[in-house]
Amino acid sequence: MRFLRPPERITGGWVVMTLLKIVVALFVLVGSWLTISNGYYSYSNWQAFFVNGLALGAVYALIALGYTLVYGILFMINFAHGEVFMSGAFTAFFTATWMADLGMIEANPWLALFITLLTAMLTSMSVAIILERVAYRPLRGAPRLVPLITAIGASLFLQYTFRGLYGAGVRAYPNFGLFEGSITLGFFTIPTNRAVVIVAALFLMLALYVFVEKTRTGRSMRAVSEDKDVAAMMGINVDRVIVTTFAIGGLLAGAAGILYVQIFNQVHYFMGFLPGIKAFTSAVLGGIGNIVGAMLGGFSLGILESVGPQLLLRGFEIPSPNQLKDVIAFTVLVLVLIFRPTGFLGRKENV
Amino acid sequence: MQKYMRWSAILAVLVLVLAACQNGGGGTDPSPGDNGNGNGNGDGGAAEQCDADEFGCVEVAEGEPIILGTALVISGPNSTLGLDTQYGAQVAAELRNEEGGVLGRQIEFDFQDDGCSAEGGTAAARALVSNPQVVAVIGTSCSSAGVPAAEITSEAGYTMVSPSNTAPSLTAEDTHQPFYARTAHNDSVQGAAMAEYACTELGAESAATIHDGSPYAEQLQQVFADEFQEQCGGTITVQEAITVGQTDFSALLESIGADAPDLLYYPIFVAEAALVTQQAAQTPGLENTQLAGADAAFTQDFVDAAGGTAEGMIMSGPDLEFAGSFYEETFKPKYTEISGEAQPIQVFHAHAFDAVNIVLAAIEEVGIEEGGTLYIPRTALRDAVLGTSGHEGITGTLTCTETGDCADPAISVSEVQDGEFVRIWP
Repeated sequence: MRFLRPPERITGGWVVMTLLKIVVALFVLVGSWLTISNGYYSYSNWQAFFVNGLALGAVYALIALGYTLVYGILFMINFAHGEVFMSGAFTAFFTATWMADLGMIEANPWLALFITLLTAMLTSMSVAIILERVAYRPLRGAPRLVPLITAIGASLFLQYTFRGLYGAGVRAYPNFGLFEGSITLGFFTIPTNRAVVIVAALFLMLALYVFVEKTRTGRSMRAVSEDKDVAAMMGINVDRVIVTTFAIGGLLAGAAGILYVQIFNQVHYFMGFLPGIKAFTSAVLGGIGNIVGAMLGGFSLGILESVGPQLLLRGFEIPSPNQLKDVIAFTVLVLVLIFRPTGFLGRKENV
Repeated sequence: MQKYMRWSAILAVLVLVLAACQNGGGGTDPSPGDNGNGNGNGDGGAAEQCDADEFGCVEVAEGEPIILGTALVISGPNSTLGLDTQYGAQVAAELRNEEGGVLGRQIEFDFQDDGCSAEGGTAAARALVSNPQVVAVIGTSCSSAGVPAAEITSEAGYTMVSPSNTAPSLTAEDTHQPFYARTAHNDSVQGAAMAEYACTELGAESAATIHDGSPYAEQLQQVFADEFQEQCGGTITVQEAITVGQTDFSALLESIGADAPDLLYYPIFVAEAALVTQQAAQTPGLENTQLAGADAAFTQDFVDAAGGTAEGMIMSGPDLEFAGSFYEETFKPKYTEISGEAQPIQVFHAHAFDAVNIVLAAIEEVGIEEGGTLYIPRTALRDAVLGTSGHEGITGTLTCTETGDCADPAISVSEVQDGEFVRIWP
């Protein structure tokens, strides 16, 4: 057991850490065993938990990619990214309601969906690019705390702008009627809309991966993230690469917005806040700056949130375990940061 | 230069600390000695009564308005609740102003936002008690805001009458605040009514509940659970909780659906209720479960937010069958004039109307006109409000108990049919 091997000198710190590892492991094992042996949930319940977690995780992963890309290049957390996601979702709502009024959704739902997708992704992209130009570029050389605070300010600005434009209430996204019912693949029965979300997200992530690894722009992005100055010396237009990074992050967030409203059918000016934080958590979980890490982190967090409370807490007879799902998600983050500060797949960073 | 900057920074911080520590008390200084005499006007001069009153008097000069504070949820997803209540209060004030106001003075408002949260209620209450011209407060909308707000206003001697707080603890013997009253029903009535409906009309044998941790939801579902078990021996399969702002309830609903209860009662607010309703429609275990909500989501906003999935859902709430032509001929047109809405947007506007009128009646009773200035002793005002008896309001005949319950409660159950609320019981 590699992680339990004692070091040369047994310090108090090592004892505490090992105790912590044992307590956590016990908690997880005992809780899971109690829940499963008591048979609270059937196979279809667990399946549903898992699938819901996967779908939500897909959305988190898409938003997390935006965080991780920007961090990889600028070493800064774009806290306004949750609002970029929200702007995509709101544009989707706006376009969809407009088309519903025109009767286009009944006439040709696939075309309507395509138009909604396009407008949402374009709007998110524009918001991200404007953010970069207005809020971050002027602060390129400033100490790291400054763009962080600016990001928070930009986030608040966007939230209240959308509140001013669309009101403070919760708005319902019209149902396109395309993804009703569920699909069965062997053992698995998945609600269609969740399946669509997972497949679409995977497709986008694959596209991003291919883009970053195989294309020229992708190569420039990787070069800039490795060393900005040397990349500039090699003739790469660093500014343009940064704008491209923000644009891609925005596109993905816009897509995440559309997928999110397929599951939840609701938009609200404050909706970007919690997914933004969860996505940031996913990015850190997977190793901030690492693209595959962000994808892994997103899916893991989604599944943890969905399956965790049921699996771990129900066995201990804790009332309303669902209230604690955020606790589980963030506790995992804290534990990962304690035991593996760079995240699952994180790279070593010289701070 | 550095030394100068450091000292001026220290000075600035000291000034800010002193400003923040200002005592936000009532009008004049509270005087020592016995409590306010609480009798009507005419008993001794104004100066005497104001000195004897623990919290002093509000002084309204000639031509100055009488200011009522409001602390209602006027922003966010529950804004229909607060705005509706505010409009109801405004109708009461407008109608009175048209008749010449109270004791010759016009009524004006100081609107605050209670945010439907403890933080919002605290902020709104503090803002109002720091204004010595505010005579009384109409608020709060949500019980979660009401708990801290009632404490702050009672400590400052500001009478607060709530048109929509329904949590039982706010007027319970051991937990109520002295300067607090409400014209909304007590949820011990609402929970019992829903239990009765479930037992007698639905014939439900099992039920599950979901609350959101707020005093309102938590207490209401507990009353329902207790009454359901007592009235017809039903079983409560599980009492679950969510957090406000949560969007994903699929796991929660799956786990509730595993027990397949006959009724699922979730007295939570618009945003979460809409999401729960939508996701319940997609949960296989809840196909035969009757979904039920309560007055927090009793608004068209909820039906719109839930899309078509709210069809067939039942809601408990104040009975809106107001008898009499006054409501249709005078109240509603005025409401539309003030708000721009064709129909009232929630159910508590009438309670606000009655709350304002109770306060105005109390002002007329205890206000002392002397030398052109109107003196309103604060404790006397509270006593007059709590002493309200047989007041004919549009929600019924209001008589306040010692602990602050003034409502003439009537709860009905409505069903969402074709996107509209239709009363089905009693």
